[in-house]
Amino acid sequence: MDRPEHYISEAPYDAATDRQVLERADLDAPTWVLIWRRYRRHRLGVVCLAFLAIGYLLLPFVEIFAPYLPNSFDEDNIYAPPQSLYLFHEGEYVGLHTYPTATVYNVHTGLVERVTDWDRPLPVPVLTTCGEPYTDDLMVNPVLGLFDWNFRVICPPDEGELFLLGSDRLGRDILSRIVYGARLSMTIGLIGVAVSFGIGLVLGGMAGYFGGWIDAAVSRAIEVFRSLPELPIWLALSAAVPISWGPITVFLMISVILGLLDWPGLARAVRSKFLALREEDYVRAAELMGASPARVIGRHMMPNFMSHLIASASLSIPAMILGETALSFLGLGLRPPAVSWGMMLNDALNLTAVEIYPWLLWPMVPVILGVLAFSFVGDALRDAMDPYS
Amino acid sequence: MIGYLIQRLGTMAVTLLAISALVFVIINLPPGNYMSNRIAEMQASGEAAGIQRAEEMMAEYSLDKPVWQQYLIWIGALPGPTGFSGLLQGDFGWSFELERPVIDIVGETAALTAIVNLAALVFVYVVALPLGAIAAVRAGSWIDYLASFIGYIGLATPNFLLALILLTYGARYFDIPAGGLMHREFEGEPMSWAKLGSILTHLIVPTIVIGTSAAAAVMRRLRANLMDELHKPYVETARAKGVPPVMRTIRYPLRMALNPFVADIGNLAPQLVSGSVMVSVVMSLPTLGPVLLHSLKSQDIFMSGFVLLFVSVLTLVGMLISDILLVLLDPRIRLKSKRRGA
Repeated sequence: MDRPEHYISEAPYDAATDRQVLERADLDAPTWVLIWRRYRRHRLGVVCLAFLAIGYLLLPFVEIFAPYLPNSFDEDNIYAPPQSLYLFHEGEYVGLHTYPTATVYNVHTGLVERVTDWDRPLPVPVLTTCGEPYTDDLMVNPVLGLFDWNFRVICPPDEGELFLLGSDRLGRDILSRIVYGARLSMTIGLIGVAVSFGIGLVLGGMAGYFGGWIDAAVSRAIEVFRSLPELPIWLALSAAVPISWGPITVFLMISVILGLLDWPGLARAVRSKFLALREEDYVRAAELMGASPARVIGRHMMPNFMSHLIASASLSIPAMILGETALSFLGLGLRPPAVSWGMMLNDALNLTAVEIYPWLLWPMVPVILGVLAFSFVGDALRDAMDPYS
Repeated sequence: MIGYLIQRLGTMAVTLLAISALVFVIINLPPGNYMSNRIAEMQASGEAAGIQRAEEMMAEYSLDKPVWQQYLIWIGALPGPTGFSGLLQGDFGWSFELERPVIDIVGETAALTAIVNLAALVFVYVVALPLGAIAAVRAGSWIDYLASFIGYIGLATPNFLLALILLTYGARYFDIPAGGLMHREFEGEPMSWAKLGSILTHLIVPTIVIGTSAAAAVMRRLRANLMDELHKPYVETARAKGVPPVMRTIRYPLRMALNPFVADIGNLAPQLVSGSVMVSVVMSLPTLGPVLLHSLKSQDIFMSGFVLLFVSVLTLVGMLISDILLVLLDPRIRLKSKRRGA
């Protein structure tokens, strides 16, 4: 019988060591590593996080993806139906192309119809410069200096139009407007959450740390604000935004308004965390060693509940996105020339228009996708936030 | 129980007072008021005759006084030009735009708003309870997936969009009447069974639309709660003793899981009321939603103030109901409140 060739350690074997090494590494890992490790198990959460990350990374460059400017209208193509892109014309490969359409008055039926000319394929230029240079009233984009000022991923054909998702009542391209609208619709939630986070942290922290009458006052305020019906108050507050303000100020104001009613939930969470943590030994130790309240809160207590707060804050972003949509939909939110998904849906308030031109409802697709993605990310975050459980 | 109720009503009154002050400040945020805007308009167009009248109106409704005095007069704690006549005395003010007392305009619509919201609340219970329970018991089955699919759709679709979709497709494929509250021929008719039927069928779409997102949230929470309970040892014991599956779920775990669920209804009340405002505007229901939107846009402060206050009251009542239900359902809370009430 041959002895095995491979090396065998002389040290006595201890089954427990291997496991201990593993657990040791787990316990010593920084919190965020543990959180990330747990987060990865949520497959849907990871997919949605990637989706949102890519979306937000592209937000500064939206101009490149829109074939038209958001507010360039075209009176010849009002309510144009969506066009498709083709690769083959009569069985022959001719590259990316579409067919010209025109609005024609039908003498027999007395109706206005869109007619497609199927004999004339129009090549659709891709990744070139075309159209008017970008202008953006809302956010000036420094990064765009990298490209030509009218470089676009997809351009309308030279003699014809390209309305991939149709056009609206002023003949504006819906796809371009959705792409531009993402900028405001997706940032408004972030600003709103930042506002509510700030208020909630300060008020909740004060109530929890100092207690006494401050606690009583803040708790009462929380009660009152919690029982306000959100949307009517949002409506009232946005109705108070002066008409004379510019689009940027209105945008900031609306996001602040959205944040103003959202803080009670956060403040309550902060307060209860403060109350619980104040009794912890390490907090008492820090206080005995003469740490100032600011240091105790900032260095010892905050790291312990920040992750929870971020998770619960991320869950209120969807509500804000929906809030902006609702306000703009009712005509009390953002104002032209700003473009947001809610403002686009405002056109859909006219029911007969929706029945005849169903593509007016396209902006609800990004709204639903965005809200779902944020909800899933928020859920996954909340589950992952407690790595020691 | 009675002690608890009194205490609960007391805090409600205080909250309501705070809300009324907040609401009054908010509706007075825009510069000027309805009458001063009218006067400016008339001055611009050179109508001297109307200005005199408008100024009289301003004095009559104390619009020329500082805001805090206006507020006290509005709620009836301070005498106005015509003596005490505010909310406390049952005088809800005057709508400048429609030139009628507020109470005339909101009388019917306010009742309707309450009905629509109540219907939505019932809908939330009726749908979310069985669906959530079944989803938990049959976790991982098609019904679970269906429930969570509906849940996510309800969560992510703004309810006005749901209204639009149901309005266009409900009318086309299912013959569900949409828009308005009753069939046109019944308008102004006295109440009859046929009219009632017409109203009920017209309530279907708004109820679904308002309730869906709330139902989705409640369903998810109930499912999570019940899943936690189902794995506890006492359920195992019941199983070992041969309690049939349905009884085994309903008797104890479901009751345990219901407590946080009922407490949640209180949080849902604001959400439902908000939703109903929005949906009414889209579906042109004669509830307070469209009235509010209109009065806010035209700075008709007594009108918008009353509507805002009314929806806040609805919310508070919703929270009160949930608290009372909670006390009835949970013996632990009942005991505590008895001690407090004594």
